[in-house]
Amino acid sequence: MKKETWKELTIGTINLDAGNSVKNLTGTWRSGKKPQFIEEKCIQCFFCWLYCPHSAILVEGDEVKGINYDYCTGCGMCSVECPPKEKAIIMVKEEAKLAEGDAE
Amino acid sequence: MSTLKTLNGNQAIAEAVRQIDPDVMAAYPITPSTAIVETIAKFKADGLITGEFVCPESEHSAMSVCIGASSAGGRVMTATASQGLALMWEMLYIAAGLRLPIVAAIVNRSLSAPINIHGDHSDTMGARDSGWIQIYSENCQEAYDNFIQAFRIGEDLKVRTPVFVGLDGFIISHSLEVIQVEDDAKVKKFVGEYKSVYPLLDTSRKMTVGPIDFTDYYFEHKRNQMEGIENAPPVIEAVGKEFGQKFGREYGFFEEYRMDDAELCIVVMSSAAGTCKDAVDELRSDGKRIGLLKPRIFRPFPHEKIAEALKKMKAIAVLDRSSSPGAFGAPLFTEVRSALYDYAERPHIVNYVYGLGGRDIKVEHFKEVALKLEKIAETGKVEEIYGYINLRE
Ligand code: SF4
Ligand code: SF4
Repeated sequence: MKKETWKELTIGTINLDAGNSVKNLTGTWRSGKKPQFIEEKCIQCFFCWLYCPHSAILVEGDEVKGINYDYCTGCGMCSVECPPKEKAIIMVKEEAKLAEGDAE
Repeated sequence: MSTLKTLNGNQAIAEAVRQIDPDVMAAYPITPSTAIVETIAKFKADGLITGEFVCPESEHSAMSVCIGASSAGGRVMTATASQGLALMWEMLYIAAGLRLPIVAAIVNRSLSAPINIHGDHSDTMGARDSGWIQIYSENCQEAYDNFIQAFRIGEDLKVRTPVFVGLDGFIISHSLEVIQVEDDAKVKKFVGEYKSVYPLLDTSRKMTVGPIDFTDYYFEHKRNQMEGIENAPPVIEAVGKEFGQKFGREYGFFEEYRMDDAELCIVVMSSAAGTCKDAVDELRSDGKRIGLLKPRIFRPFPHEKIAEALKKMKAIAVLDRSSSPGAFGAPLFTEVRSALYDYAERPHIVNYVYGLGGRDIKVEHFKEVALKLEKIAETGKVEEIYGYINLRE
């Protein structure tokens, strides 16, 4: 993404491209660990969806279906909050980390 | 038609507010600025103004209302003093960062502790890096004139920066003066219509005001903000000239009083400059070649012009009505001294702090300063670079 010089910016910090934070791939912040969703253990309580600070829980129809790794920072909150004894979200070692621009 | 009215500084500001009739006025009363807010409330109750008058629960909220209303697209004003301005602090930087041309009348008053309600410049000087333009007034007439010009300056498309208009607590705010109040229609015409560039109330446009910046944008946005206040000098000059053409009282960055052949100079702002003029007159009749330079615009600081006006002096005393603990001199002094640095032959320059908490400064005090300047000019020696006036030592 090309970044503007100070002269190119709209005055007063005004952003005429409202909603452009989707371009900010917070998934690039993950370091080392990522959540893994295990569908057959999920009881569809939506706790993970409620707690996720980056709205990175994927929902299709009425069901939790996985993780959006473009925005998941790997904080692990979903895994901590996941209620079943055998958790439906576990934190695993990340093999190859998403690099900035991968999802563009 | 222009009329002569007997008004104090607060009433003069309120009169200008009535004539300009901003869209939103939000203020919380605090001594010595209370009468501005009270009078605006009365004008509103009497149906003399059409704008919204909001009296929130604190100055922090008052400035927040101003920011909201200005972002929405309105012309906005407020008034406060001292602790009230201090409570606005974090919002001041936001108003400036968002480039909202809010105009605030600041009735200059000391800051606690100890509690004191009288005049000094601690409040606005403390906010000197908040990004607001700062204009200081010597008397009620100047407070009225400056307040009207402030809208034109701050709202200029190249500037779009908030403006403080300072008037000394009690000495100006509560002293009656016969002033020239201009015709309502003429003042309205001079100020003109305000057009917000990106009003939030324009729902046809998707936009965000005041988003978060990380390390990759904050610096650029701050530089972009500085451009506004840096663009102000030609606007201040043009507005001051036009005001002179329309109303007969022209304004610049500072006033020079009996400076033509002066060798010694006192630099002092606001109401004390009036007393200083009397002292200069008396000293002149004793044959002393002394003059006064009264800064009107403190931000943006007119460093080149002031240095140009002062570079030939033999000795200069800069008088500050605020202190900057631990700094190398008080705020006005450090600016003036720094402005002179680039000249190979620089005048001797000393700093005196005066009038904290409303302590009087009289003609005799200026004469004492003049004596010290004479000695410095004669001997070429500066014994004390920093001192105090009318303080029990
Ligand atoms: S690890 Fe954190 S950011 Fe990622 S999905 Fe779970 S709660 Fe959201
Ligand atoms: S918290 Fe666990 S069980 Fe509940 S919806 Fe999310 S993954 Fe499924």
